[in-house]
Amino acid sequence: MATKVLMPQLGESVTEGTISRWLVKTGDVVNKYDPLAEVTTDKVNAEVPAALSGRIVDILVPEGETVAVGTPIMSIEEYGGAASEEAALEAAEPAPAGAGEGESPVLKPIEFEPARVAPVTGKQRYSPAVMRLAQEHDIDLSQVTGTGAEGRITRKDVQKIIEQGGLPRAHAPSAALPQTAEPTPPPPVNPGAGDQVIPVSSVRKTIAARMVQSKHEIPHAWMMVEADVTNLVNYRNKVKDEFKQKEGINLTYLPFFIKAVVEALKEYPMLNSSWDKDKIIVRKDINISIAVATEDALYVPVIKAADQKSIYGIAKAIEDLAGRTRAGKLTVDDMAGGTFTVNNTGSFGSVLSAPIINAPQAAILSVESIVKRPVVINDMIAVRSMVNLCLSLDHRVLDGLVCGRFLQRVKEKLENIGPQTNLF
Amino acid sequence: MAVISYIDAITMAMREEMRRDPGVFVLGEDVGVRGGVFRATNGLIEEFGEERVLDTPLAESAIVGVAIGAAAYGMRPIAEIQFADFIMPAVNQIVSEAAKIRYRSNNDWHCPLTIRAPFGGGIHGALYHSQSVEAMFTNVPGLKVVVPSTPYDAKGLLKAAIRDEDPVLFFEHKRCYRLIKGEVPETDYVLPIGKADVKREGTDITVISYGLTLHFALQAAEKLAQEGISAHVLDLRTLYPLDKEAIVEAAAKTGKVLIVHEDNKEGGVGGEVAAIIAEHCLFDLDAPIKRLCGPDVPAMPYSPPLEKFFMLNPDTVLAAMRELAHF
Repeated sequence: MATKVLMPQLGESVTEGTISRWLVKTGDVVNKYDPLAEVTTDKVNAEVPAALSGRIVDILVPEGETVAVGTPIMSIEEYGGAASEEAALEAAEPAPAGAGEGESPVLKPIEFEPARVAPVTGKQRYSPAVMRLAQEHDIDLSQVTGTGAEGRITRKDVQKIIEQGGLPRAHAPSAALPQTAEPTPPPPVNPGAGDQVIPVSSVRKTIAARMVQSKHEIPHAWMMVEADVTNLVNYRNKVKDEFKQKEGINLTYLPFFIKAVVEALKEYPMLNSSWDKDKIIVRKDINISIAVATEDALYVPVIKAADQKSIYGIAKAIEDLAGRTRAGKLTVDDMAGGTFTVNNTGSFGSVLSAPIINAPQAAILSVESIVKRPVVINDMIAVRSMVNLCLSLDHRVLDGLVCGRFLQRVKEKLENIGPQTNLF
Repeated sequence: MAVISYIDAITMAMREEMRRDPGVFVLGEDVGVRGGVFRATNGLIEEFGEERVLDTPLAESAIVGVAIGAAAYGMRPIAEIQFADFIMPAVNQIVSEAAKIRYRSNNDWHCPLTIRAPFGGGIHGALYHSQSVEAMFTNVPGLKVVVPSTPYDAKGLLKAAIRDEDPVLFFEHKRCYRLIKGEVPETDYVLPIGKADVKREGTDITVISYGLTLHFALQAAEKLAQEGISAHVLDLRTLYPLDKEAIVEAAAKTGKVLIVHEDNKEGGVGGEVAAIIAEHCLFDLDAPIKRLCGPDVPAMPYSPPLEKFFMLNPDTVLAAMRELAHF
């Protein structure tokens, strides 16, 4: 009996995926866990592994096509092992049932045709239970995929989302406002002659939605300090070649900045927290999201348990994540669980930026370019390597006082880096 | 623990109660020498004699009337109506007298009477031997209406009915008599009247039923489990007064409710159950409250194909459950 392979759910809020490349073809024999296809979703490129060993019977979705999560994409005929015996039994069953009169007919599981489930058009109707749950948990039902008849969202669908914790949040303010108070849409943009029209990719769409949501929901406040990192620059210049030779990776400034931030977060855990409606969740783990840019998009992979890593450990984690980002090999897990973001805007030459918070985190810090500037020390002018550290903060969670202290600690730690600093 | 049939559990309950309390006695048509047409009172006349196991004339009004008088006098009669269809001549005694004695005498008198009656179809009994009459009594305050669905419940609830200080109508599904078997302790136990019982735990849909159709629901639930559908099954056990708390709890659990009974739909017990759910569970409901019941025609037909059409069966119940699960 052929088993259908479904488009997997590759992330909490992901509802569809694109088959970017088939790695097998009809007739191929695959082993369990063999990669079948590459799938691109809003945020992630992933491989779909085989859940069983068998022969590929049918490929249902061509390359480049985008389908909803749960849609069958191919079917595999099982072979070998206990599974095939079961399949043979099931195949054999209908015959005796037809022969014996009075026997109850063999029950076959009903398979919903995908066409009935996939496109939900027109007005959705919600049951009282679904409406209540959506209100209580602030869920945007338009982002929920229903599994009921004709794509209806069932109580179980909503309960599952609540249990899994990946809530497609309704925009709190607009939910509170009556329909009429919604802003009028901006006038359409008409492309002129010779203008290039670029269709928006799914990654771009996700970035856009996240940015709008963050700016819309979070009252951003902004602070900046400048730090004198002359000693850091000197120290790095002294050790970087030996480091490269020994460890095989470049020693950039970023691990030093992340290390300083992580240590300061330990002292000011409020910056490592999330706003959740009527409570603030202070995270125990310190997982640092780092922004990694590619030519056309921005990814934020996570350095897990950054507080347990040395500068060397952080450097290695950055090297690994950045490498896999550029290779398009990030997994869902790589991008999950961040508690604070460090953004290396200095690598683009920026000296000042006001980053958008990576919700549901409470703050984001950007490290600007290190530039030599004349500064006054002990009433004398000196040429020093200076860097600006910019912090955007969720003003619901944080105030200027705690953030000011936090930035002072980061600055102190950076200014105290020198030959005594331990890399390992 | 012995596995016995539903009807043997009923006989066991009567025998134990007659041994325990000399005030308990049985009266009805053919209950003595014959041992009852279904053999429910088999062996009782031999053990307790004809003064405590009375063969009565074919007059249901007299059976119930005599029983009411004896109950008022301090006895604990068990009146058997041979088929529930025959209860009609006794309705005046039941509704106007038995149900109201305590209220109208300002508590001076009461009526500890049990009326047993086999009901329901599926035995090729035709019009006058197949009816479900419970709904006629489930809006009469002063009465209790009990329908057990398993041997264990039958024994425990019949003993409770006999010991109850007020009149209890005890309807036994006649198809269950020898079809349904189960473990029944030989010990003296009593189950509370007015309490429903969860017969199967589940999370996708709730089925509320009683009597024979409860077993259809349980069988269907077993099959649906193989399709990944998990059914919660509540046995009402007492139809009046209803266990509102249990109904609300079971309905809220899944938000999808199917009520199943053999009695016809309009004006049936299922309507009252649905109303309780509608009043208390609106914001837990995920689907319209559904009822699957017998058709609204005067009585069970004699013709076998028509009887088959009239009766619910495990397949019709299964189809209704599956449809609700997929809603």
